[in-house]
Amino acid sequence: MKEFKGRIVAPGTVTAPAVVSHGGLNTLASFQKALQFGDKKATCGDQNNPDLYGKQMAGKALCLPRTIGSTTGGLVLYCACSMKRQPACMLFSEPIDSLAAAGAVLADVWLDDVSMPVIDSLGEEFLNFVKDDMSITVKEDGTVVVE
Amino acid sequence: MNLTSEQQAILNGEKGDTLARIMKTLVRYGELFGADSMVPVTSKYNHLVTSFGLKALTPVYELMDKLIEAGNLSTQKFSADPRPLDPNVPSNFLQNFIFKNFMYTRQEDYERQLNQLGLMEKDAFTCTCYMDEVGNTPAMGEVLSWSESSAVVYANSVLGARCNRNSGIIDLMGSVLGYVPYFGLLTDEGRKAKWIVRIETTKKPEAQLLGSAIGMKVMEDVPYIVGLDKWLGGELNDAAKTYLKDFGAATASNGAVGLYHVENITPEAVKYGQELIAEDAQVYVVDDAELERVYKSYPVIWKKKEATPKLCFMGCPHMSLEQLTDWTQKIQEALKKEGKSKVCIPTVFTAAPAVLKKFEETPYAAILKETGVITSYICPLMYMNNPLSEKMPVITSSNKLRTYTSARYYTDAEILEQITKGGGK
Repeated sequence: MKEFKGRIVAPGTVTAPAVVSHGGLNTLASFQKALQFGDKKATCGDQNNPDLYGKQMAGKALCLPRTIGSTTGGLVLYCACSMKRQPACMLFSEPIDSLAAAGAVLADVWLDDVSMPVIDSLGEEFLNFVKDDMSITVKEDGTVVVE
Repeated sequence: MNLTSEQQAILNGEKGDTLARIMKTLVRYGELFGADSMVPVTSKYNHLVTSFGLKALTPVYELMDKLIEAGNLSTQKFSADPRPLDPNVPSNFLQNFIFKNFMYTRQEDYERQLNQLGLMEKDAFTCTCYMDEVGNTPAMGEVLSWSESSAVVYANSVLGARCNRNSGIIDLMGSVLGYVPYFGLLTDEGRKAKWIVRIETTKKPEAQLLGSAIGMKVMEDVPYIVGLDKWLGGELNDAAKTYLKDFGAATASNGAVGLYHVENITPEAVKYGQELIAEDAQVYVVDDAELERVYKSYPVIWKKKEATPKLCFMGCPHMSLEQLTDWTQKIQEALKKEGKSKVCIPTVFTAAPAVLKKFEETPYAAILKETGVITSYICPLMYMNNPLSEKMPVITSSNKLRTYTSARYYTDAEILEQITKGGGK
């Protein structure tokens, strides 16, 4: 078990299994098909991401360095949250990028019945340590417990 | 964040709950990046990335309805990214069925919303809103609330305007509020280069290949590029702007670049020179071998790697008038050399409606039509997002399209050869 301390981008607490991307998450490419064709598991559709392609993202603790790609990224995340297909939480090893930040804040401000805690700046060691299916707990103060 | 009394009043809800939430969104967004104030948006027009009535984005349209119902309309008119569909673009019955019944089912509704919210002109749908023909061309130093990564990087770099890499919805909210948070690329400090990129190629580097290499190296940092000016003729003319349009789009999509400086070419580099380079800037050398390495690193995700291409897309970002005429001449000459009159692969050139209109007034339009090339105003990415399009072997000279879709990247010369000589590679 290890604990990592990060910055709270969007508050909340949750426990969920991890799914890990070591490369940047292309939000549009990853979520689009799932949102479009009613995939409740939000299976990652980005063939350029070998870590995540074909894996479930909904309800998982999505661990990643940053998001990349289209400036639709923020609103895609917002839509995933609105349609209850969002990850249980998003945990960034680096400081969050502007597109993911937009999505996290939009969801937190505009969706009263959705919670997706987002923590950033967890550090490179976090992303090196965490593996798929490890249990992740996000605490109220931004501490992330990995076991 | 330090808010003015007017801004604080909005946040407190004195102008309604919807506007309060907009303020809250932008304040929280800005605070994450160290913004301590909100500054006025000063450009004449905004630009929005969301141009498509995609069924999957229904929550976005519901949010926009909230803005409209609350009377929170944009204080600026705006352009938007390209429309997704055009009957002139080749597609089969099943592709069309999916486009119309599963994907862009909300297109009409969404365009109605855009008109209500302040679309600048009924056909103002292009990712190259800054083209003279379109007229959304901010001035140096103006503060924008734009999205669309290729437009943001162009506005910052080639025009010297100031804009962060905003997401869709944030773009509109900045316009509705009239303020954006002051951080990142709006600040002098944020516009300093953390990378020096030295171009040491023996010939003019392919714009989208160079952009890809630099984007993947620097990611979201600002690069100061030395040695590219000589390949651009030493000045920011139309040809250089076209080159930088494509270059920037690749940096922004293959990495996350929002601003680059090209020594002796881009306005801030011309004005401030190497003062724009931050202390301890890293160095990246790009030579012929490095470009070759990057090109070879692209994954080919076609099921049959040697398949004969079924479609060629050019124009992501949209082509300039100069590119349309230049390519018309190249194709005409290449076909003549091969003893052919038509291109061998269905080929679509995409451009802004206003640019296409201008092109139609030139003799080149008829020449291009004769070659079989189709011109369109769509976003090729929106076409490729159809699962059936994804399975097609499509080729492109756009590194942006390559990054987001299954389209396979080739250089301009390779594309010309394939569409005029035929066959896969």
